[in-house]
Amino acid sequence: MALDAGGAAPGTSGFEYAPAPESRAVARIQSSYGLFIGGAFVESIDGGTFKTVSPSSEEVLAEVTAAGPLDVAAAVAAARAAFEGPWGTMPGRERAKYLYRIARLIQERSRELAVVETLDNGKPIRESRDVDVPLAAAHFFYYAGWADKLDHAGFGPSPRALGVAGQVIPWNFPLLMAAWKLAPALATGNTCVLKPAETTPLSALVLADILQQAGLPDGVVNILTGDGTTGAALVAHDGVDKVAFTGSTEVGRRIAESVAGTHKHLTLELGGKAANIVFADAALDQAVEGIVNGIFFNQGHVCCAGSRLLVEESVAATVVAMLKRRLGTLRLGDPMDKNTDIGAINSPEQLGRIVALVDAGENEGAERWSPPCALPEKGWWFPPTVFTDVSPAHRIAREEIFGPVLSVLTFRTPDEAVEKANNTTYGLSAGVWTEKGSRILSMASRLRAGVVWANTFNRFDPASPFGGFKESGFGREGGRQGLGAYLDV
Amino acid sequence: MSEPRLEVKKTSKLFIGGAFPRSESGRSYVVSSAAGEFLCNAAWASRKDVRDAVVAARGAQPRWSTATAYNRGQVLYRVAELLEARRGQFVHEVRAAEGATARSAAAQVDAAIDRWVWYAGWSDKLAQVAGSSNPVAGPYFNFSVPEPTGVIGIVAPTDSALLGLVSVVAPVLAAGNTVVVLADEQRPIPAVSLTEVLATADVPAGVVNLLTGPADELVPVLAAHRDVDGLDLAGAEPVLAAAAEASGATNIKRISRGVAPGHDWRRDPGTARLLRFVETKTVWHPIGS
Repeated sequence: MALDAGGAAPGTSGFEYAPAPESRAVARIQSSYGLFIGGAFVESIDGGTFKTVSPSSEEVLAEVTAAGPLDVAAAVAAARAAFEGPWGTMPGRERAKYLYRIARLIQERSRELAVVETLDNGKPIRESRDVDVPLAAAHFFYYAGWADKLDHAGFGPSPRALGVAGQVIPWNFPLLMAAWKLAPALATGNTCVLKPAETTPLSALVLADILQQAGLPDGVVNILTGDGTTGAALVAHDGVDKVAFTGSTEVGRRIAESVAGTHKHLTLELGGKAANIVFADAALDQAVEGIVNGIFFNQGHVCCAGSRLLVEESVAATVVAMLKRRLGTLRLGDPMDKNTDIGAINSPEQLGRIVALVDAGENEGAERWSPPCALPEKGWWFPPTVFTDVSPAHRIAREEIFGPVLSVLTFRTPDEAVEKANNTTYGLSAGVWTEKGSRILSMASRLRAGVVWANTFNRFDPASPFGGFKESGFGREGGRQGLGAYLDV
Repeated sequence: MSEPRLEVKKTSKLFIGGAFPRSESGRSYVVSSAAGEFLCNAAWASRKDVRDAVVAARGAQPRWSTATAYNRGQVLYRVAELLEARRGQFVHEVRAAEGATARSAAAQVDAAIDRWVWYAGWSDKLAQVAGSSNPVAGPYFNFSVPEPTGVIGIVAPTDSALLGLVSVVAPVLAAGNTVVVLADEQRPIPAVSLTEVLATADVPAGVVNLLTGPADELVPVLAAHRDVDGLDLAGAEPVLAAAAEASGATNIKRISRGVAPGHDWRRDPGTARLLRFVETKTVWHPIGS
């Protein structure tokens, strides 16, 4: 696979790197996978199959099952039986030990998981190796410790589990989102039916194997691959007591409508259009790194991405120039190469959405710029892109692009920065760059966002609650607060 | 012996932005006692009144949400003080509205007064109980604080005209939200009188707005309003509540579902309603060397 366009692309850096691809042998991807129901991989009752493709090469990685309505019913029944059986009656300290085991097994198989994730998702191996997989293990380890301490978690004495959780996750952090969903649900004593994204099913299937190795009782976690229709059937199933969804606000709305009037509990982690606010007094070199990490991390496929750069007018020209220089050194290409910064766009559909919004940005009069950057011939790619002369009314300043596209706006006063930052229907995250601690805290208190990063961006930790204000959803994942999503409180 | 004297009756009005308008629609409807006697013509709020109330609640949001927790606590405690002073009036109104015995009505009014006291004390403790400092792996002071969701639409319970109403409104206010409340359609008088208490209790104008009128006409308007951030459907009957919940999905409203009929509002309320309309904000503050 000669995808190392990054070697030719960097332009201004002057460095040439020899290819340094990670071996894919460790991935052990099977040619086909069934559904994970009741502790075993089983064939579908009424579903079909589909192929999962590597976004960087368009190579078919495996054939995967698309679960049908009867499969959903079987998985929910298995989860119900486990909830009413071994899992529901198990002491918290025993549940905790299963979660610790899972955390350890993820660590043991971290290289395999990283390779599978990168092949299936298209993200750089450096990210799956250093971010996705370690954070997934950490999440299980963190929530393991809560399982036998729920009486002390601030939800009253003996808080109760909800029952069967139906969990639908996105393709941008497949394994990590599975961990964010499963770990708190299991720690609180629920059982789960997890539906990974259509384009990234493989790491969840490796996780199923890990759950088997951990000896997790049958049916405690069931994993159903499939597309949106599988997810919709799961969400709509009467036997589900809790729905947890991470994905677009559009789908989140439909889910909220579908659970209306039912007994189901709901948490939603939806889209974002985060402002990354740079004050003139910020350490600008550090801020530029943060801007890059904020929007180009994971190809911008991040709901909390810092997609709107708000930079104080007096340093705007300097910051944009520094940013462009830095983008010239980013390496786009083979995600399996350890030197790659920017991987592939996850699917042709997503690429289409990015292209459409970028075209709208140009048509509405914003100034588009990308570094010289050769794109590989196969696979789906989009160069890092910066728009200047962006007005708050432009679509690229309002709509979630979910790609490596940054819109730059300016401000003169903190009040104006707050007003522009909050001028969105979203409210997932925000960034503030300044050397002044008091300003960090005053900005943080005025920004309507669930996570505010100061002098950093896109940083995650299992102890740190994550989730949105406004149309970015409700409920939290991570931290003590994350337990509340799976308890009857 | 005094001369026989004709009672001066009170006009029942709405409460919007600190003022007491009649409905802009000019409509009213008859409110009767549990025994079927005429009590008053209540204002029949319109779609426009709902919108005006939301505007007032949004306008009051910055001041109320950024008031110190101590200040909010004192304002809510002041409500209890004034309610206590008008205890006899409310006992009378609850009796008329619900057909309760004098003893039961008095118990409900007492519980309602005590509920304001309970939530007044919560306003400056909520962040300590619901917030946290989070031990992240990295040089950051990471902390989480609960913040008010914003403007909350409340459909008051239909089985408890004062205690039920206070039980759903006070916790939402204690957390820093502003509210648009739809009173129990058939028993609005204790709610209307409560607004007169709120108006003189230092509750800033617009923090609480109260509408009277038919639920099936007004709840859908409230539920579809894009500047309402959350809905408490405590008193909405199931079909209406389900439709409101679905409609609220338009702007991802936070939903608190209906309360089962026969709910005993005198029970210890716990913290559930206090935490229902708060958003956790997490801040990563750098730690320098």
